[in-house]
Amino acid sequence: MSENLAQQDSPPGAAALLIISAAGAFLGLMATALSPDPLFRLEGWIFTLAALAAAAALTVGVANGRYQADPRRYEDGVIRAGAIATVFWAIVGMLVGVVIALQLAWPRIFYFPEAGWLNFGRLRPLHTSGVIFAFGGNALIATSFYVVQRTCRARLAGGLAGWFVFWGYQLFIVMAAVGYLAGITEGREYAEPEWFVDLWLTIVWVAYLLVFLGTIWKRKEPHIYVANWFYLAFIVTVALLHIVNNLSLPVSLLGAKSYSLFAGVQDALTQWWYGHNAVGFFLTAGFLAMMYYFVPKRAERPVYSYRLSIVHFWSLIFIYIWAGPHHLHYTALPQWAQTLGMTFSVMLWMPSWGGMINGLMTLSGAWDKLRTDPVLRMMAVAVGFYGMSTFEGPLMSIRSVNALSHYTDWTIGHVHSGALGWVGFISFGAIYCLVPWLWKKEKLHSDALVEWHFWIATLGLLLYIAAMWVSGIGEGLMWREYTPQGFLANSFVETVSAKHVENIVRALGGLMYLSGALIMAYNIYRTIRQPAPAVLPEASGPIVAAAA
Amino acid sequence: MSALTYEQVARFAQQGGTVYFVVIFLAGVAYALWPKNREAFRDLAHMPLREDEDDHVGS
Repeated sequence: MSENLAQQDSPPGAAALLIISAAGAFLGLMATALSPDPLFRLEGWIFTLAALAAAAALTVGVANGRYQADPRRYEDGVIRAGAIATVFWAIVGMLVGVVIALQLAWPRIFYFPEAGWLNFGRLRPLHTSGVIFAFGGNALIATSFYVVQRTCRARLAGGLAGWFVFWGYQLFIVMAAVGYLAGITEGREYAEPEWFVDLWLTIVWVAYLLVFLGTIWKRKEPHIYVANWFYLAFIVTVALLHIVNNLSLPVSLLGAKSYSLFAGVQDALTQWWYGHNAVGFFLTAGFLAMMYYFVPKRAERPVYSYRLSIVHFWSLIFIYIWAGPHHLHYTALPQWAQTLGMTFSVMLWMPSWGGMINGLMTLSGAWDKLRTDPVLRMMAVAVGFYGMSTFEGPLMSIRSVNALSHYTDWTIGHVHSGALGWVGFISFGAIYCLVPWLWKKEKLHSDALVEWHFWIATLGLLLYIAAMWVSGIGEGLMWREYTPQGFLANSFVETVSAKHVENIVRALGGLMYLSGALIMAYNIYRTIRQPAPAVLPEASGPIVAAAA
Repeated sequence: MSALTYEQVARFAQQGGTVYFVVIFLAGVAYALWPKNREAFRDLAHMPLREDEDDHVGS
């Protein structure tokens, strides 16, 4: 019976996507052929080849009658691809991070004057985009597709649109990354890709929003689970931030360079309105959605307080959006705006800790699992780091503290306690949960390897943060040191050489964190390649048979 | 026809925006704390635990 149901024609979406891919390949080829800008041509080739590959794959797929969707099953293929992409990009992004950390410790290492693309300035956005958008973004897309289907009890909407989102997002990452190395940049923090890559991401992101909304629309569950609210806030706000921050005018239609529509302090405020909400909605709201699904699921305990989760949601999104100006203390930004940013940042402490308490207290009644289950422990530590960095952040946003901390390594340490401790660990936890579920394995290949991952990554993380506290506060104090005559006591290069040892410790910490990710990749690979269990109990059938 | 000045637009955006956001926020909090919703939320806290991990759309 199920065979008959599955034998349907390919969905119309496949044909439409095929036409769009062919049109995209044609447009890409024309733009490449007509452009006088070699950097634009490089990106044009990548886009054209990607569109051709998509068209070829779709042709084969349609001809072979693939793409029939069984509405009684969840769409898990795109989530499996997302899980693999998450692990892959984690290693790429963290590896580049270790390389540039080594460059900071030993400036001559990996530096070749004739290979400009190995320059720190080119590699740094590759690292930040690699870990935030490639690793974090893939983790968010994959888990959001999983959670929205399960909690809505509906198959992912839009047929192949989910796959378009996945591959379109990978194309965005590759075009952005190649562009950085080649020397294309808008010079906007966490938004370096140029206008044509921004336009492509906008298309992909709107498709993502529609797939997510469509799935919620056809849900069989009357209530929309709180994790989906967080995911939706993340998707909608990132769309808004991305579009406004990247409003710019290209110099020519066939060239890479563009200029922002804003100038001066308005541009600075726009950038940090974007920049801080990228932290608030990309790196926080989306990963809180992960917390609200995977922590209860793994602990097999209900959410500690569902009411608190609703208050957490509304207070977080209402307060976060105003916090950006704290990045612009002591600048041309009017002081009232700086104070506004600072005040809202301090207020953020409350919802953040409310959320942390909600996540940790979900473990009540299952505390013993922290000892036995390294995956759950990883997620609990992630929530702990969420609390730690959301305490440190408001502290650093206070103007007088910021006078010491701003532009120093303290900020770098703060970002990494959030990114490695919170975002990284909650994502690793979600991946460790998802892989056995998605590939229908009984359990992970090795829990001992998860223990190794946990401890190496945690120690590396602590080394990293501690080194950055020391070097950051040290250089901040050196910058504000005056001689009795009123001159600055230290030259800039003296403050750089003063943190040589801390930079080495930071590189070591990063290397340990990367090693943990490599252990995870091996563990995930072995889990996927495990032979299927001998008796696969039919889900709807009696469980007794398997137990007997 | 009198054109709106910057000050008028700014005042409307600032005061109107403040009232608008505060009202929505209070509505969200009231929804969360409303006594009638207590049982429903207690039940919803179990939502992630209802589905098992296989790929059949639950009913």
